[in-house]
Amino acid sequence: MKRPVYLDYQATTPVDPRVLDAMLPYFREDFGNAASRNHAFGWKAEEAVSKGREEIGRLIGASEKEIVFTSGSTEAINLALKGVADMYGSKGKHIITSQAEHKAVLDTCKHLEKQGFEVTYLAPDSTGRVTVEAVAAVLRDDTILVALLWANNEVGTLNPIREIGALCHERGVLFFTDATQAVGKVPVDVEADNVDLLCLSGHKIYGPKGVGCLYVRRRKPRVRLVAQMDGGGHERGMRSGTLNVPGIVGLAKACQLCREELEVEAARASGLRDHLEAKITGALEFVHFNGNKEHRLPGCLNLSFHYVEGESLLMGIDDIAVSSGSACTSASLEPSHVLRSMGVGDDLAHSSIRFGIGRFTTQEEVDYAADRLITAVRRLREMSPLYEMALEGIDPSTVEWQGH
Amino acid sequence: MAYSNKVLDHYNNPRNVGALDKSSQEVGTGVVGAPECGDVMKLQIQVEGDRIVDAKFKTFGCGSAIASSSLATEWVKGKTLDEAAAIRNTEIVQELSLPPVKIHCSVLAEDAIKAAVEDYKKKNIKAAPATTEAQA
Repeated sequence: MKRPVYLDYQATTPVDPRVLDAMLPYFREDFGNAASRNHAFGWKAEEAVSKGREEIGRLIGASEKEIVFTSGSTEAINLALKGVADMYGSKGKHIITSQAEHKAVLDTCKHLEKQGFEVTYLAPDSTGRVTVEAVAAVLRDDTILVALLWANNEVGTLNPIREIGALCHERGVLFFTDATQAVGKVPVDVEADNVDLLCLSGHKIYGPKGVGCLYVRRRKPRVRLVAQMDGGGHERGMRSGTLNVPGIVGLAKACQLCREELEVEAARASGLRDHLEAKITGALEFVHFNGNKEHRLPGCLNLSFHYVEGESLLMGIDDIAVSSGSACTSASLEPSHVLRSMGVGDDLAHSSIRFGIGRFTTQEEVDYAADRLITAVRRLREMSPLYEMALEGIDPSTVEWQGH
Repeated sequence: MAYSNKVLDHYNNPRNVGALDKSSQEVGTGVVGAPECGDVMKLQIQVEGDRIVDAKFKTFGCGSAIASSSLATEWVKGKTLDEAAAIRNTEIVQELSLPPVKIHCSVLAEDAIKAAVEDYKKKNIKAAPATTEAQA
């Protein structure tokens, strides 16, 4: 077993060797610019891109003309939200999203608020899920867009996309979903799921970093966007810039593998995740599950360990790569906004760990990680004044603390 | 984030983890911080005469918070109450090479020492006036 053990698949994934093999020729002999229309180098690149569009479309039920390549999900989110706002702003100024979205959505919405748009930030339920009823309750005549992620990147909770999409279509409101974590892990079908705009990213699905795409619906309804970058008018005018041909080939290959192996992979990842959870909760008391047991990503497990601070826990399992919602591990020094939006207290947010299981995770790695974690939690609890209080029967949440 | 070797050493081999009898007249207990802020330190001192003869800590917090409190217990042992209360957080920062974002850990350790000393003094204040009266 190689160490450190990588259990952070929601952060990024290694490129699948089959993906890399598919990409390599497009760095070397087939290096042409897909926009060169007058020679074989260009034709070859254009052909690869065109096949790539089809392959990506196949994974999400879209046609090749509905795929707009970007540098990744953040750019696709910016293009979708700002592009819709610019195009449809005269129709209405109201946008609905949720507090549990990725920062790329939240910060773009904040930007739009400064431009005069009004944004409703729905609080998810305690499992991180936004219900169709919650969306229905805040839909207005001037709502132009609903933007909700498919699978939450921190807790893995899946939103009821199909139902919310149906509601949006019924009300004539565009529906964007950030499916960065969902695509390739759970079935996604933009037709059946009533999605108008969707983003995905290569590096979350064993493809390369720096490439992703935005799906833009062409029929019923035809979605139009105002481009956010000026230039050569690539991607039917929606996103200028020379296409990243090797990246697109890699993204397409990654999508093909995900499509072919989705069921098997999802079952395997769920199995390992459940094994990890059972092992940890079997050995430790005071473990809090963050997320939704029913509607969840296969490879994501988020747990809070009462009375132990997340960063010190990460130090204790320093040959295992995981993430924590602790403020101490974030650049902003704020605990996870996702856990906060779910009503998880800051004390538990500081104690949260996200385990991400993926294509190359082995049972041996999961067992090793669980053992290391259990040992570290026990050791840190031995030196935790909060654990001592809990054992004495004092609930630390009832104590009046003097924060600093 | 890279930790200094001293922080790692204190984290891996914390000194003086444990608890003293907080109801004892000879023990001063300081608890500072809050779970919502991600760190709580409990530092206890055992005093004989004017001198700290033992110290224990328990900390909920990041590695730097654990290291700061571990170091604090090491430093206060053998010191008088006044000497202990004079320990500055900047000395802890220097000793552990804490980065700017972790300075609050050292502040918390300084506060914990002061709180423990205060607690001890408060506990023993009843005895003090009696002595003063006797002397008067």
